[in-house]
Amino acid sequence: MNDAHDILFPKGPHELRVRAREINRNIPLTQYVAKATRTRDAGRKSALEDTFGANADAARALAGKIKHHTLTHLDSYLARWVDAARAKGTMVHFAATAQEASAIAVEISKSHHSKLCVKAKSMVTEEIRLVEALAAIGVRAVETDLGEFILQLDGDAPSHIVTPMIHKDRRDTARIFRDSLGSRYTEEPAELTAIAREHIRELYRTADLGVSGANFLLADTGSLVLCTNEGNADLSVACSKVHIAFVGIEKVIPSAAHLPIFLKLLARSATAQPITVYTSIISGPARPDDRDGPRELHVVLIDNGRSRVLREDSRELLACIRCGACLNACPVYRKAGGGHAYGSVYSGPIGAVLTPELRGLASYPDLPHASSLCGACHAACPVNIDIPAHLVRLRRDQIATGVTSLRDRLPLRIWAWVMRSPVRYRAAAAVARWLAARLGPSSSTWSPHAPPGLEGWTASRHLPLPARQSFREWWRARSCLKSGDDQ
Amino acid sequence: MRIALFITCLTDQFLPRAGVAATLVLEALGHTVDFPPLQTCCGQPMFNNGAHGEARDLARRFALVFEAYEHIVTPSGSCAAMVRRHFPHLCPDEHRVLNVARRTREFCEFLTSELGIGAHEIRRRCVRPLRTSVAVHTSCHQRSLGLLNQADSLLSGIAGLEAVAMDHDDQCCGFGGTFAVKQPELSAAMVGDKVRSIQRAGADQLVSGDAGCLLNIAGACRHAGISVRPQSAAELIAESWGLIEPEHTP
Repeated sequence: MNDAHDILFPKGPHELRVRAREINRNIPLTQYVAKATRTRDAGRKSALEDTFGANADAARALAGKIKHHTLTHLDSYLARWVDAARAKGTMVHFAATAQEASAIAVEISKSHHSKLCVKAKSMVTEEIRLVEALAAIGVRAVETDLGEFILQLDGDAPSHIVTPMIHKDRRDTARIFRDSLGSRYTEEPAELTAIAREHIRELYRTADLGVSGANFLLADTGSLVLCTNEGNADLSVACSKVHIAFVGIEKVIPSAAHLPIFLKLLARSATAQPITVYTSIISGPARPDDRDGPRELHVVLIDNGRSRVLREDSRELLACIRCGACLNACPVYRKAGGGHAYGSVYSGPIGAVLTPELRGLASYPDLPHASSLCGACHAACPVNIDIPAHLVRLRRDQIATGVTSLRDRLPLRIWAWVMRSPVRYRAAAAVARWLAARLGPSSSTWSPHAPPGLEGWTASRHLPLPARQSFREWWRARSCLKSGDDQ
Repeated sequence: MRIALFITCLTDQFLPRAGVAATLVLEALGHTVDFPPLQTCCGQPMFNNGAHGEARDLARRFALVFEAYEHIVTPSGSCAAMVRRHFPHLCPDEHRVLNVARRTREFCEFLTSELGIGAHEIRRRCVRPLRTSVAVHTSCHQRSLGLLNQADSLLSGIAGLEAVAMDHDDQCCGFGGTFAVKQPELSAAMVGDKVRSIQRAGADQLVSGDAGCLLNIAGACRHAGISVRPQSAAELIAESWGLIEPEHTP
């Protein structure tokens, strides 16, 4: 378990570059991640194209606007949701921090003498380290999402918001099941699923506590919306007497009427499906004549840094519906070998901006720089979050607050100083040419060697050398020739 | 039409032929081309790295240099995106800056959208078939400006030019300015995909609307022992129109 937590909660300032280098030593892993992200990304594009055609961008913009509106008036929508939920018998709790959220879970479990918890996949429960907190009081919390189940058996951490096991394949699964469950070694997906199902079904029968997250909160009805492809969240709600849903405060949308566009975009963006296989709307605990469902339904609304992100310039980051499309689209996520390189619950482009906001830029100084600003994430985002703009904003904040070292800042200052004057620009170009002449014979246009500071470039590339005649020299020569002709 | 050329630092120093070709193509089309000599840099590296004070100074400087021109054309997609998309964020209330931002176009975009030049016109003026195969890399900034097919459609008019498809064309080449130096391993892995793609396609030349992408991909090809000429669409058009001599890969 410790290993898993070190991956998502690294000690000391995190360095993506170092972590990515370690991860990429595992060649098969890089291949799974590359293949899976490319397949998902292509699937998303065609699913959106098939449904929305030329209106895909308009649909993304609309969903973004609904979210932005709700977040701008979050206080009133959240209050509306709380009133409606309480009216239906849901017990609502508020947690300002991760510690408070897990303390609430501990208290509820203790009061019911819980022993076994069946848990659906939820990123926010990773954030509050719920499984660990429950284990500390003797409650065994078992992940029931297949991918999360396998990772839990292996003491590993999720590497993707939607596809937690993107960094493993069925051979890994076969080994883990054999070693942890004592099952026969098989690489057949159907057999592996059957092994997991047999094991998890038994847990559902004996569990006394259910845990899930929620994809959306409907303010008008006080409902929770749960989307899963395995039905495990629904089973964990239905089977146990007590259910606790952990939900970030940003998950609320105004009403059930606003839900369809999100369901359409979520399923297509996450897994290229027309709709998630199980979409459940849960409005309160079981009524007296219901045959199943929890007698007690608790919802823990979690802030844990979100109200800070709610400020105007970062607000749109809270619009994220956790579809994972930006991860699949991102070449950096792909080449970093997946989410573990980010050292955080939220990885990929959205993680690179959200993690520094939620957990402090000082702990993740290089995440805003883990991007070529290519914009693939923005183009993929179903709620149209301009992630590159936020990466640049965080870089700006680092400079403004003096976090950026002089070593990184000085070249930019010098560069800008040079560029403020055409004379200095020409002088700098002359220096560059003088340096280039030292790197290779004058006839060559490329050099395998770099001057100090650019070794990163020549590790995998030759360095272009300045042309013998710059454009402006050509222009000047031509102008002289022309005016000569005129005379 | 009087057109101001903005020749960006990388083009000026490393790929000046792209600027020469852009000049000659626009002149061949009957326009007057000007190169305001006080121009330097659009401030993109400073902006991307968060040095927005410095970037703002350069945006204002750019506006002063180019404000007299109704049409500003640059052979670089990322610099066009810097001026068009980011200048307005840096100086939201400064009319001079907003005006130049509105008037700036990437070269292929200018040819197709402003001058209405299509494959047919390119073909009509061809005097020399090129007999070459080119891999076309769409830069991320072209995508961000919505410029997806302009270069392809112009190139399709060039006689004898065979455009070969790049695998995963929508993936960034890994340049990203200082990204290539700050995250060399990730950048190398990204450009590695492009190198393999060019090798598989067996292209002689690489075309992109961005000098950064061209130098990155061609430099990585060189490192891998593959010779591919970095070219702009303007150069290929100028070659086929007989305005400049084709160069052979050294």
